[in-house]
This record gives sequence, C-alpha cells and structure tokens, in this order.
Amino acid sequence: MAPEAVEALCDSLTLQRNFANPASLQHGFGERAYNLVETSRTKIARYLNCKSGDLIFTSGATESNNLAIKGIALDSQRNGNHIITSASEHKAVLDTCKYLESIGFSVTYLRPDIEGKISLDQVLSAITTETILVSLMHANNETGYIQNIDQIAKALEQQDVFFHVDAAQSAGKLQINLAESPIDLLSLSGHKFYGPKGVGCLYVRNRKGTHLAPLFHGGGQEHGLRPGTLPTHQIAGIATAFELANNVRDADYEHTKALQQAFTKQLGKLDGVYFNGNQESKLPNIINVSFENVSADALIIALRDEVAIASGSACNSGAVEASHVLRSMGIEGDRLYGAVRISFGRYTTLEEITWAGQRIGEEVMRLRELALE
Amino acid sequence: MIYLDHNATTPIDERVLDAMLPYLKSFYGNPSSLYRQGRFAHTAINRAREQVAALVGSSPSQIIFTSGGTEANNMALATLPKEGRLAISAIEHPSITEPALRLKHKGHEVSFVDVDQHGLITEAALDNLIRFQPNLVSIMLANNETGVIQDIAVIASRLTEKGILLHSDAVQALGKLPIGFDRLGIHLMSVSSHKIYGPKGCGALIFDKNVAINPIIFGGGQEQGLRAGTENVAAIVGFGKAAELAQAELVQRNEHLAVLRNLLENCLTTIPGLTIFAQAMQRLPNTVQFGIPEIDGEMLLMKLDQKGVAVSSASACASGGGKPSPVLTAMGIEAGLAKSAIRISLGQTNTEADILKFFNLLKPLIGQGSSS
Repeated sequence: MAPEAVEALCDSLTLQRNFANPASLQHGFGERAYNLVETSRTKIARYLNCKSGDLIFTSGATESNNLAIKGIALDSQRNGNHIITSASEHKAVLDTCKYLESIGFSVTYLRPDIEGKISLDQVLSAITTETILVSLMHANNETGYIQNIDQIAKALEQQDVFFHVDAAQSAGKLQINLAESPIDLLSLSGHKFYGPKGVGCLYVRNRKGTHLAPLFHGGGQEHGLRPGTLPTHQIAGIATAFELANNVRDADYEHTKALQQAFTKQLGKLDGVYFNGNQESKLPNIINVSFENVSADALIIALRDEVAIASGSACNSGAVEASHVLRSMGIEGDRLYGAVRISFGRYTTLEEITWAGQRIGEEVMRLRELALE
Repeated sequence: MIYLDHNATTPIDERVLDAMLPYLKSFYGNPSSLYRQGRFAHTAINRAREQVAALVGSSPSQIIFTSGGTEANNMALATLPKEGRLAISAIEHPSITEPALRLKHKGHEVSFVDVDQHGLITEAALDNLIRFQPNLVSIMLANNETGVIQDIAVIASRLTEKGILLHSDAVQALGKLPIGFDRLGIHLMSVSSHKIYGPKGCGALIFDKNVAINPIIFGGGQEQGLRAGTENVAAIVGFGKAAELAQAELVQRNEHLAVLRNLLENCLTTIPGLTIFAQAMQRLPNTVQFGIPEIDGEMLLMKLDQKGVAVSSASACASGGGKPSPVLTAMGIEAGLAKSAIRISLGQTNTEADILKFFNLLKPLIGQGSSS
C-alpha cells in the first residue's frame, strides 16, 4: 500500500480518531464518519469525472463485477437473456456468467485475436435482440492488453445494451474519463492501485433507467444497492490511494515503462523467448513471457523465495493450470504452458528488475540443461 | 466526548491495529499467490481463522470470511432451498428482515415468529413455528436494541428434532457472551469484526458442513469456493486478533461492564416513569434500552449529542425514520413510549465517570433537576 493510504486508513479506526459507524447519524461521531465517506466518494468521482452519487462502495472488484453483471441480468430479465463478454476476462466475470448460464441466460464469449484484441465488429455482430449487457475488461490482468473501451462504449451508446467495464487493472494507471466515455458500469479495486484490499467501487451511470438487483439486502446503505456497515477506514484508504495514483500517473507510467524496457531487453538476450500479446497497446507494468522448453511451474517454484512471479492470475494460481487468457488468444503448447506473468509497480526499482531478470535468466538456462540430461 | 453507542460499532483496540499494520505495510501479498509474499498472507489468514474458530467454538474449516455481518446473514438465508419455507423472528436486524421479505416477494412462504413483552420467543410461538414446517429458521442470539438473549440451545434442540435448520445472527452476542457454535446445536451463525473492537469490512458465516452453501459472489475460488474475491488480509488478521483478545478477556470485560451497567440502571431507575425494557431478562452485559413517557427520543438524542454524548435510539442501520423501533413494537410496547427509546451500549473504554456525566446531562433534558 502507498504510505499515504496506510496513514488515511489508520486515521479512521481508533477512539481518538474517526472510527464511528457512518450510518450513526444521530451523533457527531457518526456524522464525522459519514462526512469522511462522502469526501472520499467525491475524491474518487473527481478523478473519474463522474457524479459522486453514481459510485457505490463494495468489498472489491470481484463483488463489483458480480453486482454489475448479476445486478443487470436479474433486473433486466424481462428485456432479454443474452450477455456478451470475452473469454479472456477475469474469473469474477467468467464465473458470474457461468452462474447466469446455469439459471437460463445465454452468454457469448468473444475470442480475442493473438494480440489480445477484441474488435468493435466482433462486439456489434454478437448483439441480438435478446442482448442486455456487454462486459469487457479495460486492461487484461495477465497480458496487460488495453482494449479500446472508448470506441466500444461510444458504439454501444446508441444501442439498448448496457456496457460494463472491469477496470480493476487499469484504474489509477490509465486515465478514465466517464464524462467522455459513455460506460454504464465500471468496477474498481483498491488494492491494485496501492490502496487497501477488501474495498472497491462500482460506478453505475444513471442512464437508460439503469437499475440493479442488489446482491444483498439489509440496512439500506448505498441507496440499498449495497447494504452493510461502510468500512470507513478502507474507504478513506481507497480514496487517498486513487487520488495519489492519478496525481502520479504519468510518473508511474514512465517509471514502469523504463523497467519494462530494461527487463525486456535483458530477457531478450536469451534464446527461445516469446513475449505474449501485443507489446504496444498494453500496461507497461505487466509482462507475459514464455521460455521455450521451460515449464512455468518449474520456473515459479524454483524462484518462489526470491522473485515473486506468477502463472495466470493470483486467483487461479492456487490450482496450477494453463492460462485461460492465453488459450483464448490461440496460444498453445509450450508457449501456453511456459507462460509466466511478471508484474511490477511504483515501488519496484531498476536494481530489483535487473536482479530479477538475471535470476530468471539463470534459472531458465539451468532448467533447460536439466531437461537435456 | 463520551461514546455510548458500542452496539453500532466499536473503536478498534490498539492491539488489533498493531496486529494489522504489518499486513498493510510490509506483507502485502495476495494469499492466492504461490510466492513468499502470498504464502505469508495465506498463513496469516489461517491463523485468524483459528482465532475466530476458538472464540465461536467451531472448527476453522467451518468459517467463511465475508465483508461483514450483513453479507453473512444474506448468505445464511440464501441456503433456503427452492420453494423452501423460511421463518424469522419479529425482532431481527434489517440484514435478516430485508432478504426474508425479498424471498417472500420471490414466492417463498415466510413466517414471522412472535416475541412476548420481554422480547423472548415463547413456548407457544415455538410450537406455532414448528407447525409451519419451515426448512430454515433465523433467530438472533442477542438483540441489538434491548440486548435480550434468546435461549438458542433450547430452540435449536426443538427444531433439530424436526429436521429444521437454525441460523442465528450472533453479531451482537459475539465477544460479550461465551458462544459455542457446536454446543448450541445450530447450523449457521453470523458474526462481525467491528462489534468486537476489530475493523469494519470483515465478518464470517459459520456453517455446519451438512448445510449446502449457495455462493452469492462468484469468481476466484477463495473460501472453499463459497465466497470469491481477494481476501481482505489485514482486516481478517484484525478480526482474528480481536477474537483472541475477546476470548482471553471475556470475564474481565464483562465484570467491568456489569459495574457500569449497574451504576447506570441505578441512576436511571430514580427517574419517575422511566422504563428499562426487558430489565428482568438475561441481557447483554453492555446494553440498556429505556423509554420515558412524553419524551421525544430523537430530540433527546440531538440534545445529548450537542452536550457531547453519543447514544442512539435503535439500530444504526434503521436510524432516522421517525418510526418507533420494530423491535419494541414487536414486544407490544406502546408507540409513544417506544418513540422515546434511548439505547445505551457500553464499551471497554467507558468509565464510571462517563456514566455519571451522562446521567447529569440527561436529568435537566428530561425536566429532572437543573444542569450543573
């Protein structure tokens, strides 16, 4: 977490500070907590260029994605039962869609090209009279590929179809301007931009009579869309982190771009190295790479006490299986089973990257030699 | 400023914050990751699960961490089978009442179990409940307004005989009463961290392994596939620490609360016409709800707030409606008296001086003696 976000979070926990229940409007303690929540909401809205009243706090992007997709689907049932998404989405979207299929919805999973791109034509030609929702991620969590969300949003604006964007990986790293992009729903996650875990947002544009069926029912918080005591400290933490991320966005970008270039150059010296996905339209902090004749699992386990790298997303890596993202892009065989994701950030240094690159290189060579024996 | 609203939320215990800090600053890994940072986080969650399990009297694998009590209560009711019948008590929290009404709207048969004038579920109500043949029943362990404790073990044994599942919302009881999930004989139980000096945004559903849980949030496979989403590591660690402290200090905490509550009730009973609701019942050691005829509770709260004392009338979630508390209404308390209700919920940092100061402020506000 960003130290600034830790500080904001710790400031909202103890008796001496702003600890109360924001719903306790009957007293000053509660009122102060309420004001902190609303200031935080306004702060996030300012950087998304949206109305603060259109933001709902959730427990994270997984919940935001569930609320957006289930919320629209279960509320719009009478308007249609078809959803369009892509096969390279996060599990939070794919598993939610699978659940909806189990209760009678039909889902089209668009396949990206080898670069990771979903084209506008693919989206438009999948739309039927039954389509109620298109859900696509802004930047992919495994390859970093950035979809042209703006273009798709503008094309869908004229249609009677809601557009949900999972921006968990891109928020705070890329500019998102909701006044210009007619996105209907957008998911954010605190811990991907140096904020706390356990908190996220869902943006819900008040357009086309957008109405969501809530996931839970209860005390009426968040316009009844997301009841439960608001975790004031986490909300203060996410807002501080988001503000900071937006203020240093260009610097973060340049920094991670420089690290990416150094790392790519270093790994490029090895033979049999494949960088997966388009290398231009991507977040610079994510590198997805396969090494010929080296399995991803062997490499990750060999390095696990030194260099934190992953195969696929963290949510899948408990079970060692090939990346569904790369598979959806048509990547197969060794390149699929050898793919590792290296992601770095604001606090990663060039020294660390150089050292990591060197250690990865050494292990790749060692594992290749072992394979020959 | 005096805070007497601990049933709405508690300030965090400094020792809990200290336990959380490393997981905010240094150990930021995602518990699902295989590398070292991830394994640290994973280990920390397992330890917290054991700490919470020890406090609630279950095995660690029976615990699903959630975003709080509301989510846990919603998950509990979501176990209701297709076309299943549900019964809830008339004094539940909105996070039970609202999903129950939603289920009713979707076509389930839902019945409300009456309480008597003391807020207790009577034998007769229990007999009626059993005749309704529900699949699932939800009855809170201790009420958030009056503090009245139900005899859940007895209710559980009556229901279990008939093969009926029982959920209990133990959000208010946790850390204030010894709770044994297994000993009570219930099948589902909800708890929350921020009522026991832990952080907000974290709770748990405790479940009997024979109950089929229907996930509400999908994707990622965390919490045995029953609750997806990157774990809120620091909050879970904080909940674990808060549970450990609550267990270790339960007796001394309750002794402290008993002293304060006796003092408070002795003061209050000197006021003519004042009623302490369910005073003769087994109640949470920190909770006192009272009413004074002819007094507007909302106005009184505002005036107390101006004098620097934070109390509430009912549940924080339901505050500001201008309607009498549904809990008091269910107990048959006359609307005028119910509207005057004030809830005092004490906590660890309160002192005898706080109680006396509160009482001295209260008296002139209700026309009993002048302000000093």
